[in-house]
Amino acid sequence: MKKKVDRALQTIYTMWLREMLRFWRSKSRIIGSLATPLFFLVFLGAGFSSSFQVAGGRPFDPSYLAPGLIGMVVLFSSMMGGVSIIWDREFGFLKEILIAPVSRFFVALGKAVGGVTTSVIQGVLIMIIASLMGIEYKSLSGVFAAIAIMFISGIGFIGLGIAVASRIDSHEGFQMVMSFLTMPLVLLSGAFFPISKLPAWLTVLVYANPLTYGVEALRYFLLGESIIPISRSIIILIAFALAMTFLGGKLFGKMKV
Amino acid sequence: MLYAIETEEITKRFDDIVAVNKISISVKPGELFGLLGPNGAGKTTLISMLSTIAEPTSGTAKVWGFDVEKESSSVRENIGMVFQGTTLDDRLTGRENLDLHGRLYGLDGKTRKKRIEEVLALVELAERADSIVKTYSGGMMRRLEIARGLMHHPHVLFLDEPTLGLDPQTRNHIWEYIKILNKVEGVTIVLTTHYMEEADHLCERIAIIDHGDIVALDTPEALKDRLGGDVITLQLENPDNISKLCDIYDKNGCARIVSRQNGEVFITVKNGEHQIPHILSLASGAGISILAVSLRKPTLDDVFLHHTGRAIRDTRASEVEQVGFKIRSRRK
Repeated sequence: MKKKVDRALQTIYTMWLREMLRFWRSKSRIIGSLATPLFFLVFLGAGFSSSFQVAGGRPFDPSYLAPGLIGMVVLFSSMMGGVSIIWDREFGFLKEILIAPVSRFFVALGKAVGGVTTSVIQGVLIMIIASLMGIEYKSLSGVFAAIAIMFISGIGFIGLGIAVASRIDSHEGFQMVMSFLTMPLVLLSGAFFPISKLPAWLTVLVYANPLTYGVEALRYFLLGESIIPISRSIIILIAFALAMTFLGGKLFGKMKV
Repeated sequence: MLYAIETEEITKRFDDIVAVNKISISVKPGELFGLLGPNGAGKTTLISMLSTIAEPTSGTAKVWGFDVEKESSSVRENIGMVFQGTTLDDRLTGRENLDLHGRLYGLDGKTRKKRIEEVLALVELAERADSIVKTYSGGMMRRLEIARGLMHHPHVLFLDEPTLGLDPQTRNHIWEYIKILNKVEGVTIVLTTHYMEEADHLCERIAIIDHGDIVALDTPEALKDRLGGDVITLQLENPDNISKLCDIYDKNGCARIVSRQNGEVFITVKNGEHQIPHILSLASGAGISILAVSLRKPTLDDVFLHHTGRAIRDTRASEVEQVGFKIRSRRK
């Protein structure tokens, strides 16, 4: 039994280590991936605050965008991390993993933990940069709680990415996923607009979107405001993470090389 | 345990294509065993089943005493595999690739460190171990894959077309490594190849496989000896006379017909040098004129031709193109 646990942990750690090594090697890519949300924050923030007013007549506060953009970065890099299995298959490395005497489920889990670590690092970098740009967070404990939220939502999206990747047989499919899954998820999450006064059809879509709860929870912990009660957000995020881990692990187990 | 590998009527079907047809082979521990055949013959499918990547449709196989279906995890622990295409992580260094492999196979830190140096020395990659794999040449990548396959001290090592797409010099190098690790590490090796020279040069025994069937199995020498001596190729002025000539030789009993192709007849005879005058006089006696004669020692090519009626090289072109395509698409 102990041996089995050791092997499982070693498998998870090995896959995590690989993601870390690859992450470290692609520093330029990380800077690139941070650029988009920062442009959003600076330009969209400036544009919004000079053009729009929040309900109640106050001018738009750019800090409103920060949690949404952190959520966006976590979503992008987590989905990316999950879907990168397609590359592993394309470039053969997947065979090396699948022929090793280890459980596929723990391989998938290790990949997920590795991917989520890189996502959280990127989310935290955005959080720090936004704070250097003058956005104020509610409290230090709130910041740590926000990191935990990034972790939980990251696990969910990486599981989703792995599940999708296990069902796609080419890297052309990757583009499809990115356009048809991630963009709608971001736009329908309340990352850019408050979700309280939306038309009914949009409300349904927004509330069916797991990222909504991630963004809402981040906004609660970082800025102290949210429309969805925080306990509900947390429960839904945890349920989503568990369901996706299970689904991703299961589909990955059935994946043919 | 008598055999490192033992299969019993192992079969793999894809829809209505039989890729591997009831193959029964046994490989002794420490043997260097070759599966020789053209592309699509079923070699890769066979070793995929032996390495637990593919499930047999029917039949059984044991590798190092373990059933490939019921005890796949134990099989995996005891085998190393070098796939046809690269399966390295090309963003990492050679050493990191080896280290991750060691971890996946449960080697502890100290063992890993020591073993990495050993396998790197074996394939002479120690100097480049800390470079990113992307910067390696094709031959270096293949060597690193072989080194990685050996990391966990496997009892059986599978090599799928180990020199495919490599230049002749690199190929010779890889051959030497394969021989050395078979001797030094004592590991049982099963390799697939469609290069006759490779099978001839390396393997102690060869199974010639065609359309999923084993058509011949023996040592390279015995396979060639069985053809019955030297190969004489006769080129006829009028190809229509081929059958007539073959009949004459058959009746006379001086030579064995191996095959006939494009106006040429391949025959084997003992003491070819001394038999040529006799062979030619039989032909001219029947009024058949011969344009050219050549004599050579038999190769595995002739063995293959004899058993399948086709030259293995006829099947090559499409495959080389495919490899070229694969390499190009990887570069993108």
